Amino acid sequence: MLTLHINGEDYDVNVPEDMPLLWVLRDVLGMTGTKFGCGIAQCGICTVHVDGQPMRSCVLPVGSVRGNKVVTIEAIGRTPIGAKVQKAWLDLEVVQCGYCQPGQIMCAAALLAATPQPDDADINAAMSSAICRCGTYVRIRAAIKQAAQPSS
Amino acid sequence: MNFERPVNEPKRDPGAVAGGSVSRRTFLKVSAVAGGGLLLSFLLPRMIGSRDIAGATTAEQFAPNAFIRMGRDGRVTLIMPYVEMGQGTYTSIPMLIAEELEVDLAQVSLEAAPPDERHYANSIFHIQATGGSTSVRASWEPLRRAGATARIMLLSAAAKTWKVDPSSCRARKGEVIHVPSGRRLAYGALVDRAAKSPMPSHVVLKDPKDFTLIGTSAKRLDSPDKVNGKAQFSIDIKIPGMKIATVAACPVFGGRLVAVDESKAKKIEGVHQVVRLDHAVAVIADHMWAAKQGLAALDIEWDEGLNATLSTSDIVQQLEAALLRPGVIARKDGDVAKVMAGAAQKVEAVYQMPFLAHATMEPVNCTVHVRKDGCDVWVGSQVLARAQAAVAEVTGLPLEKIRVHNQLLGGGFGRRLEVDFITLAAQIAKQVEGPVKVVWTREEDIQHDVYRPYYYDRMAAGLDDKGMPVAWSHRSTGSSVYARWHPPAFKDGLDPDVLEGAAKPPPPYALPHMLMEYVRQEPPGIPTGFWRGVGPTHNVFVVESFIDELATAAKKDPVEYRRALLGPSPRAKAVLDLAAEKAGWGQSLPEGHGRGVSVQFVFGSYVAQIAEVQVAKNGEVRVTRVVCAVDCGVVVNPDTVKAQMEGGIIFGLTAALFSEITFKNGRVEQSNFNDYRIMRINEAPAIEVYLVESAEAPGGIGEPGTSAVAPALTNAIFAATGKRIRKLPVTRVE
Amino acid sequence: MKGVSRRHRFVLLVLSIIAAVSGCIVRPDGPTDFAGGTRVALADYRGSDPTGAPPSVAGADLAARGEYLARAADCIGCHTTPLGKPFAGGRAFALPVGTLYSTNITPDKETGIGEWTDDEFVQAMHEGIGRNGRRLYPAFPYPAYTLLAREDVLSIKAYLFSLKPVRHVPPDNAMWFPFNQRYLMWFWDVLYNPAQRFQPNIDRAPAWNRGAYLVEALGHCGECHTPRTLLQGLDARKKFGGEMIEGWKAYNMTSDRESGIGAWSDDELADYLSRGHAEGRSTAAGPMGLVLNNSLRFLTGDDIRAMVVYLKTVPPIHEQGDLAVVQARPAATSPQVGMKGPHDSASNDGDLGLRMFEGACASCHHWNGSGAQTPYADLLGNRTVNDPTGVNLTQVILHGSSLEFPQGNMFMPAFGRAYSDAEIAAVANYVTGRFGARASTLTPDQVAKRRKAK
Ligand code: FES
Ligand code: FES
Repeated sequence: MLTLHINGEDYDVNVPEDMPLLWVLRDVLGMTGTKFGCGIAQCGICTVHVDGQPMRSCVLPVGSVRGNKVVTIEAIGRTPIGAKVQKAWLDLEVVQCGYCQPGQIMCAAALLAATPQPDDADINAAMSSAICRCGTYVRIRAAIKQAAQPSS
Repeated sequence: MNFERPVNEPKRDPGAVAGGSVSRRTFLKVSAVAGGGLLLSFLLPRMIGSRDIAGATTAEQFAPNAFIRMGRDGRVTLIMPYVEMGQGTYTSIPMLIAEELEVDLAQVSLEAAPPDERHYANSIFHIQATGGSTSVRASWEPLRRAGATARIMLLSAAAKTWKVDPSSCRARKGEVIHVPSGRRLAYGALVDRAAKSPMPSHVVLKDPKDFTLIGTSAKRLDSPDKVNGKAQFSIDIKIPGMKIATVAACPVFGGRLVAVDESKAKKIEGVHQVVRLDHAVAVIADHMWAAKQGLAALDIEWDEGLNATLSTSDIVQQLEAALLRPGVIARKDGDVAKVMAGAAQKVEAVYQMPFLAHATMEPVNCTVHVRKDGCDVWVGSQVLARAQAAVAEVTGLPLEKIRVHNQLLGGGFGRRLEVDFITLAAQIAKQVEGPVKVVWTREEDIQHDVYRPYYYDRMAAGLDDKGMPVAWSHRSTGSSVYARWHPPAFKDGLDPDVLEGAAKPPPPYALPHMLMEYVRQEPPGIPTGFWRGVGPTHNVFVVESFIDELATAAKKDPVEYRRALLGPSPRAKAVLDLAAEKAGWGQSLPEGHGRGVSVQFVFGSYVAQIAEVQVAKNGEVRVTRVVCAVDCGVVVNPDTVKAQMEGGIIFGLTAALFSEITFKNGRVEQSNFNDYRIMRINEAPAIEVYLVESAEAPGGIGEPGTSAVAPALTNAIFAATGKRIRKLPVTRVE
Repeated sequence: MKGVSRRHRFVLLVLSIIAAVSGCIVRPDGPTDFAGGTRVALADYRGSDPTGAPPSVAGADLAARGEYLARAADCIGCHTTPLGKPFAGGRAFALPVGTLYSTNITPDKETGIGEWTDDEFVQAMHEGIGRNGRRLYPAFPYPAYTLLAREDVLSIKAYLFSLKPVRHVPPDNAMWFPFNQRYLMWFWDVLYNPAQRFQPNIDRAPAWNRGAYLVEALGHCGECHTPRTLLQGLDARKKFGGEMIEGWKAYNMTSDRESGIGAWSDDELADYLSRGHAEGRSTAAGPMGLVLNNSLRFLTGDDIRAMVVYLKTVPPIHEQGDLAVVQARPAATSPQVGMKGPHDSASNDGDLGLRMFEGACASCHHWNGSGAQTPYADLLGNRTVNDPTGVNLTQVILHGSSLEFPQGNMFMPAFGRAYSDAEIAAVANYVTGRFGARASTLTPDQVAKRRKAK
């Protein structure tokens, strides 16, 4: 039995310690906002925050986040930065199929938390690990810059 | 956790109830008699993709046709004949209806159409399908008419109520207003009477200059739930008692399962069952992790069958050989042989394009619950009716017992025009108690796709003494996707994919003497399928690369050369001029940089693109900027058009720069994003999209962006380096 | 170029054969001679028996004990092809003098060893002489297995005979003349096969002797880690000094503090040998990763510790020149620090390396190289990252790596297929420069060669 702190709540789960957090979220806890894309940390769409750090939940053994604060796309909108990012995403109509966007938004929120005024290089550094097959990159870059505006 | 599930009753055929074939009139009567419950009954009572919004289900409703329902509360529900996979149909289609119906988008909620070819067949494909950039093109007239019909009936209902002349009434924002008296009635108050009013004999559509919605960048209706994790894709489905499965098909296409030792897998916590199929094995478990581990723990013996030694080079050799056979003539203008013989200069080139996988971001998946008396299917499909038929065939249940709940698609690109994965999921579910969600791993998704065919083309042209083409010959060989996917479309050895951009419609240039031939050559055992851009990704690359080679041979500027040939096509010329101007064509660039251009008329839209690249000493190609000019006729939603072009360009650049599927020992050599590479944000160029004002009927926008960019890219590389790329991808690793 | 060196080799071979034949026959050193002291025959040794399976399985039947020993000897590694059935043979060994294919050692009567008698099997393991008297090639490490106690050889046989027979005929060897003349191996054996059983050293602890038996007789570590002479024999003077194998560096594992594992703590070495990872030191990959998967991970804790005791006593060999510089793990900077990293590394890659790193690598290895997801992805202090030649780094980027554990696996994807030589050279230079002691200066051409390395 393992206790997880996710989005401010505690969950007891009975799963093997090496089970990736992604599947615990999706298949055990039913939090399907976090998506599965590759399972090998190459697409970034399973990104969650663990103590504020962006992590690929598909390769993150659930045992290793015991005692850490996990935040997923379902709750990121409750943080001021997360809300800003979501608003920018809607203002600029970033979304196409939308399947990668939870991961994009989690990466962007982590970036802005660490670097409030990111330049293009910062954006590349934080976002290049997140693939969008629909090719929304042009707008992702623009939306991050808008979200970084002090009064956006 | 919310397990509320939509259920759509099997559809009863209104025609049958009415006793006879369905004219709009009888259809309306039926709906009126049954108070709309009829139509309502086979619709998902919720907005697709959201767990929260349950659609209006008030008993008495106004349902003038298969696309519109209105409740007494004035709530308007639009039934979407096309699926949303990122291309924005869930916004542009409602705009068409709402424009004529005179309602705000804010007033409408959406429902996915059920499988029903009679009412929801795509008027271009004649089957219920979303793809080929056809949604808006196919709906442009019929769906505006659907909206206008309903509006007129509401007007006459109001006129009756007030006992005034209908022509003195106007409809606006969900209300009917009697202009002289200023009296108003909300649509909701009129539904009962409207349902009984006669079907208007003739319907006048709005004059485009009166459009208030079409042409505006209305906000996408599906976005809000897609930024907060609420949007539900089929991979997110949860059914009480549902198990999760993952599958491994024989790594060699056409192979068979011989034996499985499941003893180790069964020991893994959470694994319930191992399902054996003729050519695949699936592990049924509590969660994906157990299923994946179970699969890995299986000791599987395959009979690899005939393709066990197949490799890409075998397939290419077959294509080379096929290219020597005379092909079926797709277009023949003038006398190519004679003019070619007399030409001042002759240019020839051979082009090759690799197999490609779709790699939709959402791996293919399907949830099925087979019962004795019926079957539910939760899936994201571009072909609902086919999905239903496929499951009926597997389960042996009658069509009407198969209930298909369509979901948002995490990318389609043609992958979800296929039902192979739905069939496989149903075969698995048949052996499982209760509902089971079958999820493909990315590896399985890439290694068991239906692949964009490998194409092999030979071009030849004769130039006159001024270097202009007088004779043009194009011989193409590759697989015909249509021949398998929709045989009626494969006529006399040709299909629309072969033709589009090469013969019908032909290249937009003045080519008085042209010959286009096709030799069908299927790769042994390799399933081929549609892929974003379909035929034009192939034809436009070949044609626009070759035109560029002709310009080089003629020592002319590529834009000038094309312009000189675009006499017959002013719209093509206009997009070329616009793109050239915005891109600053002709302005000098630093050493190692280059610009390349492409022009096309496919999917009913005119597109010109200019790509700018930088090629480093170490050979690395970086695309710095792409300028795109589009004339797609009347623009329904400019922002959606721009988004589709941006996305299409990235999609096309990914393929042109990185993508190829290769075979060795009958197996796909690529497996995941580490070796089937997708462009990343730090590799993506700046993209500018410019739209041309036009009143012409709308063209497609989902794919033109993709087909135009590959030749613009390779032509730019030529400009930068003098290296002509005739074989994709650009950065192939030998 | 190749041709020349082959001819060169051939001449030397002939010369030394003549030398050997003309009376000056020297018995090769025993593998543990470096330790000095007195060695005695097993039978006369009073300490706890260094041979056999550990107590935990000692009680089990012959085949079960044989399974443990067969794993310790990593038979499966050489006798299995990537897509083939275990022990069915056919794995190719590209030598400077031709190509060898491992044999089918399943108990199949026609294509395997099903008909072999005990004595025939023992003769093969001890003397390198196969059934029907044909001499085997020393790619099969009988100069190590010759040290095995007869009972151990027979338990291994019992295990192999307990397996399902597999019908499979591996390809024929393709050795050049004169190496295709198997009888010539006699000379080689004279020079390089000690042809004697393991002799415990009474001046060393029982653990040391057990470790020696595991390392030298079963594990045959020297086959990869000890440089070879021109005749492809192990060069006893450079014992465990490091060698190239299939394009990878089998690192120096002598007790040298800089070039070898001298600076590693016993626990670090034990972690590495049992789990393939020693914090701030190294993570196993390539051929060593396979040894972990097939062999080491199955050994008992006592056996691993015994190996540590023994390895620590192997005399240091210090490598000169541009070779692996093993550093202690530097402290990690905060993850945000240097998010961007050096924008323009000294190399002429521009920011190509950075761009590949941020796209394909940073997710797992983290921006500060500390390994975001797992300690196995920690780049800091890692031997491979600190090797300015970038040999193993290039290999692991090209081919990836996968370590198996009872509870799942630890992997790095292979990037060779989708990334160009220029990109892989650039990212290797970036990683060594950013996280290692000194930036490598790999060129695309070097990467192209590494791709083909056998
Ligand atoms: S699913 Fe985790 S990175 Fe792709
Ligand atoms: S929006 Fe479809 S994958 Fe990014």
